[in-house]
Amino acid sequence: MSVIYWEEEIETLPRVGLESIQLRRLQHLVARVYRTVEPYRKKMDEAGIKPDDIKTLADLTKLPFTAKNDLRDNYPFGLFTVPLNEVVRVHASSGTTGKPTVVGYTKKDIKTWSGVMARALCCAGATSDDMVHNAYGYGLFTGGLGAHYGIEHLGATVIPVSGGNSKRQITIMKDFGSTVLLSTPSYALNLADAMDSMGVDPASLSLRVGIFGAEPWSENMREEVERKLNLKATDIYGLSEVMGPGVAQECLQADRGMHIFEDHFLPEVIDPDTGEVLPPGEQGELVFTTLTKEAFPIIRYRTRDITSLIYEPCACGRTLVRMEKVTGRTDDMLIIRGVNVFPSQVEHVLVGVEGVEPHYQIIVEREGNLDTMQVQVEVSEGLFSDEIRVLENMTKKIQREIKDLLGVTCKVKLVEPKTIQRSEGKAQRVIDNRVL
Amino acid sequence: MLVEQIAVFLENKSGRLAEITSTLAKNTINIRALSVADTADFGILRLIVDKVEDAKTVLKENGFTVGITNVIAVEVADKTGGLASVLQCIQQAEINVEYMYAFVNKTGENAVLIFRFDKMEEAIKALQKDNYVILSRDTICSL
Repeated sequence: MSVIYWEEEIETLPRVGLESIQLRRLQHLVARVYRTVEPYRKKMDEAGIKPDDIKTLADLTKLPFTAKNDLRDNYPFGLFTVPLNEVVRVHASSGTTGKPTVVGYTKKDIKTWSGVMARALCCAGATSDDMVHNAYGYGLFTGGLGAHYGIEHLGATVIPVSGGNSKRQITIMKDFGSTVLLSTPSYALNLADAMDSMGVDPASLSLRVGIFGAEPWSENMREEVERKLNLKATDIYGLSEVMGPGVAQECLQADRGMHIFEDHFLPEVIDPDTGEVLPPGEQGELVFTTLTKEAFPIIRYRTRDITSLIYEPCACGRTLVRMEKVTGRTDDMLIIRGVNVFPSQVEHVLVGVEGVEPHYQIIVEREGNLDTMQVQVEVSEGLFSDEIRVLENMTKKIQREIKDLLGVTCKVKLVEPKTIQRSEGKAQRVIDNRVL
Repeated sequence: MLVEQIAVFLENKSGRLAEITSTLAKNTINIRALSVADTADFGILRLIVDKVEDAKTVLKENGFTVGITNVIAVEVADKTGGLASVLQCIQQAEINVEYMYAFVNKTGENAVLIFRFDKMEEAIKALQKDNYVILSRDTICSL
């Protein structure tokens, strides 16, 4: 199988050359961010770092980390480096409490993003001849539109089908001849079920390759998806704070790992407790610095994703470092049907509902291919009523507010006091029973 | 005029009702009347007992969520149309019944109706106007 590159020169550049590009871009970025964004300047001043102190790539470690809280504290546009009239698009993802995390893009950022996304598509073997079925959600979530622009940039045909209505999706796949599928892995399994119920044989379709991401999935799930959809399943990585989809992508040649588009996104892996950078190959928390973004660059962003970096040369010829499949999180974030959910957001809703002293627990299950979330709330005296109607209205209210805030439908169950287990006085907030 | 009722939150799981009743028995608390309202996920046990404060304390100690609500106890003759006439009086006063339950006293001559209305004060006035017998807490406990 011949390897398809989007930008062969940069994707196969010897690492010395790549590192010199990275350093130049990093120096430029740090100087610009220091000059234009007060919160960054403040943090750097506190750490006693000036832009001139960045003389080598290793000096990156002198810079303070950026965490999700920093984004929340500067909500909505406080970390943008350009005036809003230069921002052509915003996206948002859920924050750890009530406020979402907002990111912005200039015209050039959209072009950069389209470029890395086109690279990702090529990495998975897609070409301008493909009919690409984009079942990532369109909207504030970066998945749908991010992939969309990349597909157009590649010159392939995009079917902007978005998520949901599985039967219609199968009909479209059949009638339009979709060759590449983009979706969350769990939605891909959903589509497989829909095919089964419609009596559609996946072998009769034209699907060749799938690009799946936005939620954790295992090798077992990959095998299942490949078998049920009759395609090659590849892994894509991205997050809105860094760009969106297209930060890293698995190639067809490697047996493991996703190539990080390092000329745009500089990765580090740190010990989540000490913040120390770990030697190559060791597992820890992934940290990203964007090298080319204009509207919303980010320095040393702690993704909370646990992975390791593979620097060994890859069979595909790309010199770009690979990251292992994400194996977990350093925080308590859950991904439910592709949506990021923090227990603190659920708590935020519960505190807001009058009288609730929140002893709660979130129970996540996978029924069929669908994630389900149940929120159990202990009924305290302040919450209790002797009228069924009052209690039912309250559970409905909690359910509605969680749906409004997170976009995830959950079931709210009232339970007796002390039924939720506590360890060392602290309740265990999440029970995740999903087997991926 | 108002009678205090104990309400207890119940998850739908086996043995909870037995636990409550045995807790009350151990503490020599006598149940005068009781009803269970249930949904698919939970239930509410409503009790009229002789020692309200004691009942609340011991149930709380045993980890139950307990609330005290005021209800109205109306005594009517245990014969056809007894309840219907009370409800008619309530309807005419444009009062809603949130819930109700009933028991027949020991002599078997009278029935006691326990009501929770949306407008409790107005309900008392309406019932008194039509000369219904409203029982006090002490009377209920001595029945």
